[in-house]
Amino acid sequence: MAKMSLQDKLALLSDAAKYDASCASSGTTRRGSRDGKGLGSTTGSGICHAYAPDGRCISLLKILMTNYCVYDCAYCINRASSNVPRARFTVDEVVWLTTEFYRRNYIEGLFLSSGIIKSSDYTMEQMVRIAETLRAQGFRGYVHLKTIPEAAPELIERAGLAADRLSINIELPTDASVKAYAPQKDPTGIRRAMGKVRLTTQDYAEPSYRGRKRARFAPAGQSTQMIVGADASDDATILGNADRLYGAYGLRRVYYSAFSPIPDASAVLPLVDPPLMREHRLYQADWLLRFYDFELGEIVRRDAGGMLDLDVDPKLAWALVHRDRFPVDVNRAERAILLRVPGFGTKIVARILKARRNGALGLEDLRRMGGRVKQARPFIVTRDHHPGAQLDAADLRTRFVKPQQLELF
Amino acid sequence: MYAPRLPRIGTLAAWRDAARRLAAARVPPSAVDWGLAGEEGAIFNADLPAPARHLSVPRAFPDLARVLIPDRSGQGMGVAYTLLLRLQSEPGLLSARADLDVARAHRIAKAIRRDIHKMHAFVRFREAGDQTVRRRFTAWFEPDHRIEETVADFFVNRFGDMDWQIVTPDVTTTFQSGALRLEAIRSTRPDADDPLEGLWTTYYENIFNPARLKVDAMQAEIPKKYWRNLPETRSIPSMIASARNRVAAMQQATPNMPAPAAAHGEESAMTAIEQADLFGAPSLDDLRRDALACTRCPLHQEATQIVFGEGPADARVMFVGEQPGDREDLEGRPFVGPAGQLFDETLAAVGIKRADCYVTNAVKHFKFVQKGRRRIHQRPAASEVQACKQWLTQEIAVVDPRLVVALGATALHALTGDGAGLLKRQGGIESLPDGRPLLVTVHPSYLLRLPDAETRAEQAKKFRRDLSCVHDLLKT
Repeated sequence: MAKMSLQDKLALLSDAAKYDASCASSGTTRRGSRDGKGLGSTTGSGICHAYAPDGRCISLLKILMTNYCVYDCAYCINRASSNVPRARFTVDEVVWLTTEFYRRNYIEGLFLSSGIIKSSDYTMEQMVRIAETLRAQGFRGYVHLKTIPEAAPELIERAGLAADRLSINIELPTDASVKAYAPQKDPTGIRRAMGKVRLTTQDYAEPSYRGRKRARFAPAGQSTQMIVGADASDDATILGNADRLYGAYGLRRVYYSAFSPIPDASAVLPLVDPPLMREHRLYQADWLLRFYDFELGEIVRRDAGGMLDLDVDPKLAWALVHRDRFPVDVNRAERAILLRVPGFGTKIVARILKARRNGALGLEDLRRMGGRVKQARPFIVTRDHHPGAQLDAADLRTRFVKPQQLELF
Repeated sequence: MYAPRLPRIGTLAAWRDAARRLAAARVPPSAVDWGLAGEEGAIFNADLPAPARHLSVPRAFPDLARVLIPDRSGQGMGVAYTLLLRLQSEPGLLSARADLDVARAHRIAKAIRRDIHKMHAFVRFREAGDQTVRRRFTAWFEPDHRIEETVADFFVNRFGDMDWQIVTPDVTTTFQSGALRLEAIRSTRPDADDPLEGLWTTYYENIFNPARLKVDAMQAEIPKKYWRNLPETRSIPSMIASARNRVAAMQQATPNMPAPAAAHGEESAMTAIEQADLFGAPSLDDLRRDALACTRCPLHQEATQIVFGEGPADARVMFVGEQPGDREDLEGRPFVGPAGQLFDETLAAVGIKRADCYVTNAVKHFKFVQKGRRRIHQRPAASEVQACKQWLTQEIAVVDPRLVVALGATALHALTGDGAGLLKRQGGIESLPDGRPLLVTVHPSYLLRLPDAETRAEQAKKFRRDLSCVHDLLKT
């Protein structure tokens, strides 16, 4: 086979990496290079340096080290039985691309994943060496390493010391689906590895016996990804699994990735357009679980079909069937109640709680403060507004449902 | 009328000085016309009042003012001054987000913060050839507001080991050998490129997923005004145009023949499973491996992994607890959480080495209910104890200990079929169905749950006394 140019490899190995949804570069330790001895810095919330026409942020150089893989996971473009051309980056090539892109302010850092070659340990060791080489050369930007569940604990420890974030993909919502579509992957092994990352993080967070602070292990935490729409799992199953993952392994994020057609696809999977709205609703529900004190059973119920409403967001859907809890008096209700008002986010609620000390708020006040009044209006009482019969109107739901967009192509 | 004219470089410091003098003299906002040096001012431009007494502002104000001053329309300076003046008599003003002035300030600040953020994101450096000790880069950028001074520190902190220059239509920011310099110089857009832009564009084209085309979402984040200075955006039209066809082609393509590796059924070394010896007696390793796949009760669905017993295969004593907890579930080892630590301490206190003992649980998967982000331990149901019993029975058969110790009611139930009256039976010696002696005591987590320190000390003493019997029982 003719030797591939760096450009050809980059094309192939970034194309193969795009199915990982995460591009976050947030939540790590603050670092900088104003001392002149290194390159790079981190900011609290990360920066999106570009956006592709799929609307997704490009923050990191997201590539595979190699797309050779011994596994044969049906949903994956790199599975062993796929006919895609194969390539592999050397350690130096990835280090060079990362730092040269970084110096031109194209990226916040590197998100490195890989197919499994030779063995789990061999592959993980090569990936860890890339991260360690970057650090040894003074790179202080963000590094996210995909972790191979079967890799030796020492390698996972080295990975966490060089990287900001580690992630292990749970791949599919149920163990049965993993067994069906990714027969060589072991769901228990994946969970065990996530548990190991959590425990190692805890161990490093404790001061050493001399009271000194130890090195930071994966300061931006760990995350995972589930593919949505490849198997028949309902939203209740998906969110139930996510909820458990957050609880058991202290994950920073669970990413939901709508299954989208891949070139050279396996015959066992649906090659339809990716369920983007479903993915969006899952993220909204995920937020309600983590930041709005909703219980899983309030958002989606198995006895009611187990699927989220695609037409309205999950908080609005909840409010529409719990109208007896409304209207909420914006000038009196406590935080937990205000967070349940459709259209009110955590920021606007914080502003309301502060601002109402200076006097009762009206609708126009809420609008000036950045509230989505149109959405909230039927559910709230303000100084100058009461929804009256509007709240009980039979057509309240239809008022929120956007008419179907016509296909533009 | 006052018409302060502030310098283009050092605007914030100059505004702060002028605003302090004016506010101390209680000059109303309507009597101040803010502007930059070189801009026309009011005809009657009075000298600024002398600096006077100290002004106090809440902590949030300097940050807000810093963002407002670069406003190109000039309104930001006026709004910031209005707030400064009102804060002297209304110290809580900033929390009133619905107040007209505060809301206006935040509206302007939001636009400027976005401009700052976009400049952090969209500056594109190009290497400026002549390499000395430090590499040299230049960039051209057109911000909406006068944010060059505000953003300079971000680039200093990020690109500390190289020399760079960011040129905007009004200001040139130069960072050379660790020193930062800003100069008000008029410049026009240079014609330049960088060899890396080809690779960057390759990356941009390939990380795009045509099946998820959402042009509006992209344009909301990169408005077209930025495009001409972003090399990768040149590919956007063709990427959009071909997206539909690329997806249709993927959907219509019939699944291809598998690649050779899989066609030959090449087995990877990792998936090969050792065949167990079907006729020999099982070893502990056999048991442990078989148990990995256990689905006899529903607990395996939510737990991380099975937590099997641990210890020498010829141990003389076996301790049986209830079930793994949060820590045990994550580590995959029994008795390593808080109760495990107490257990280890008590063992050590009575002179028993844990490494000499076999330690296991009646139920091998963690049972819990989730409250928010915490997993709260739940006592296993009788059916779960029953389902798991076969593993415990086999462990006893393989290890063949001379003594079994039941820690707590669940273990006692699993071992004898009856867990009632634990505290009455504590310290007693019973016998298992096979005649093996069974020492009954409490579970160490029971001690951890006792709220009263005195009772806890008393019970801990009893627990220690029970464990100290193990030595004597093994001697006989």
